[in-house]
Amino acid sequence: MAITRPAPTGEDSHEPTTCAPEGEERVTGKAAERAPGTASERERASEIDGSVAIRGAAEVGEAAEVGRREARSPLVLTMLLLLLVLLQGPIRGALSAPVMQSWMTVFVAVLVQALPFLVLGVLLSAAIAVFVPPSFFARALPSRPALAVPVAGMAGAILPGCECASVPVAGALVRRGVTPAAALAFLLSAPAINPIVLTATAVAFPRNPEMVLARFVASLLVACAMGWLWHRLGRTDWLRPPERPHHEGDTKGAAFWGSVRHDVMHAGGFLVVGAMAAATLKAVAPASWLRTAADNPLVAILALAILAVLLSICSEADAFVAASLTQFSLTAKLAFLVVGPMIDLKLFAMQAGTFGRGFALRFAPATFVAAILGAVLTAAVLL
Amino acid sequence: MNRQAQAAVLFLTGAALLHAGFTDLYLRYVKAGLQPLLLLSGAVLIATSLATAWYEWRGRRATAAAAGGEGAGHVHREPRISWLLVLPLLALILVAPPALGSYSAMRTGTALQQPYGYNALPAEDPLPLTVVDYATRAVYDHGRHLTGHRIKVTGFVALDRTGAPYLVRMALNCCAADAQPVKIALTGKIPPVLQPDKWLEVTGTYTAKETRDPVNNGPIPYLRVTSATPVPVPKDPYDESWNN
Repeated sequence: MAITRPAPTGEDSHEPTTCAPEGEERVTGKAAERAPGTASERERASEIDGSVAIRGAAEVGEAAEVGRREARSPLVLTMLLLLLVLLQGPIRGALSAPVMQSWMTVFVAVLVQALPFLVLGVLLSAAIAVFVPPSFFARALPSRPALAVPVAGMAGAILPGCECASVPVAGALVRRGVTPAAALAFLLSAPAINPIVLTATAVAFPRNPEMVLARFVASLLVACAMGWLWHRLGRTDWLRPPERPHHEGDTKGAAFWGSVRHDVMHAGGFLVVGAMAAATLKAVAPASWLRTAADNPLVAILALAILAVLLSICSEADAFVAASLTQFSLTAKLAFLVVGPMIDLKLFAMQAGTFGRGFALRFAPATFVAAILGAVLTAAVLL
Repeated sequence: MNRQAQAAVLFLTGAALLHAGFTDLYLRYVKAGLQPLLLLSGAVLIATSLATAWYEWRGRRATAAAAGGEGAGHVHREPRISWLLVLPLLALILVAPPALGSYSAMRTGTALQQPYGYNALPAEDPLPLTVVDYATRAVYDHGRHLTGHRIKVTGFVALDRTGAPYLVRMALNCCAADAQPVKIALTGKIPPVLQPDKWLEVTGTYTAKETRDPVNNGPIPYLRVTSATPVPVPKDPYDESWNN
């Protein structure tokens, strides 16, 4: 049995990094061959037993060491807060430069705007993880992954929110045994095709109602294409299964709040990274670069696609920003609207946190290319 | 980060969101419509922190009662990246950065858009208009309904490289990350000393003079100033008319 093997503890995980989520064997045959089925047995065993005894001796030592170090974190937090309150004056002085102020405002704004949606997504994801039995998804989704992908993609239309909400929900879906290909299609389509975002698009483009249709079609197309691509080429070992929060209490309440806490702390940390990147771009990069890019139609499409990645704007607001980029073609604007909700800096950081760095490094560039191609194709037909 | 520290960070973040939501602080960062969601998420974060603390306390008691080992298996470690959540907390509580001002405004091109209709103007004198409203009517309606009126506009001052003054309002769709400036150039009786980011209520008349924004070549109308008085920063520093 694999349970006696000392589990490697990755830098940012407290779970073994190679175990497959439950139900994976059922949905992807390839996965069952490669990842040993004992992985999920081990998880079940450790859940039942819940003690240190079944872990390797090496890990116990490491865990105790980590425990000693981690026990200090409230103290570290208190010292940090005290120090910063004492140094308020000098810090304020250093931060009063216009660049820093603008940076901080955008940084705080991205977080204040995204946190409510993150919390919404986290609540939904915790509810899925604790209250919805895995059998529900087995019934609701077609058993053939190739069919489950478009169904999950369409299901994205019912999650009213921006992209921050969809990452934890997709994580919970994978954890609940939904085939990753379908969960990824949902992850990509949900932020772009829900009614709120489509309404915002209609309001932002009063003269081009076809933009709404083009955005819907292109986003769904790319989401399904990525789902099928993952089904064909994806390998389970690229995908670190979302960490299962420890349910040391058996009650559903404990499991629910544990999941909420875990997801907020985890995804929130990555959200901060993304917000810092977006704020840096907004405060430092000169907007006049865009003017030169708009002159060449091909460069324009690429420029707006890259801009969508760098700006990391909430998908409910990106249509207004796209509409304001008046010097660009409709095709370039569509590329901006399709790429933005699927992949941007904060999403990349959050995906890396939820599904693992190896996954994000492969998935993000593929999504980027697919989104541009999807947007250009749709624009050629519809715009 | 262990669970106690996590509970503390969650509680402080929730409290900061509630504080921002109940005061007008949140209007510096996001649109007014987000307030209910903001308060709700603040409350959820505080509830999560209390639940975390409670289950942690109960878990500890259970471990103590079981008296088996000293609980080395109970390392509730979150990745170190969670510590980053302290940053926005500090920024919001200690610094509370101001709404975007002249620095961002002069780096971004004016975001004037052609409207699909004009509301009827109120019969007041002087006529109160927003920066966006004045600029739109001046540029796309060629000031047809503006001539012969005294106009009152409120915005903050921004100076370009040559020192020419503009009256600016940032227009916002969702949060400050997507805020874009709409600019009016000032001419006529301009106050002798103008400081960037100071809010002014300017009274003036329409003039057909127009210039181009060097950043994106967008149109910037002029306003002939007759008087200008400093005013405090308005409750909502952004123009949210595009949301409706």
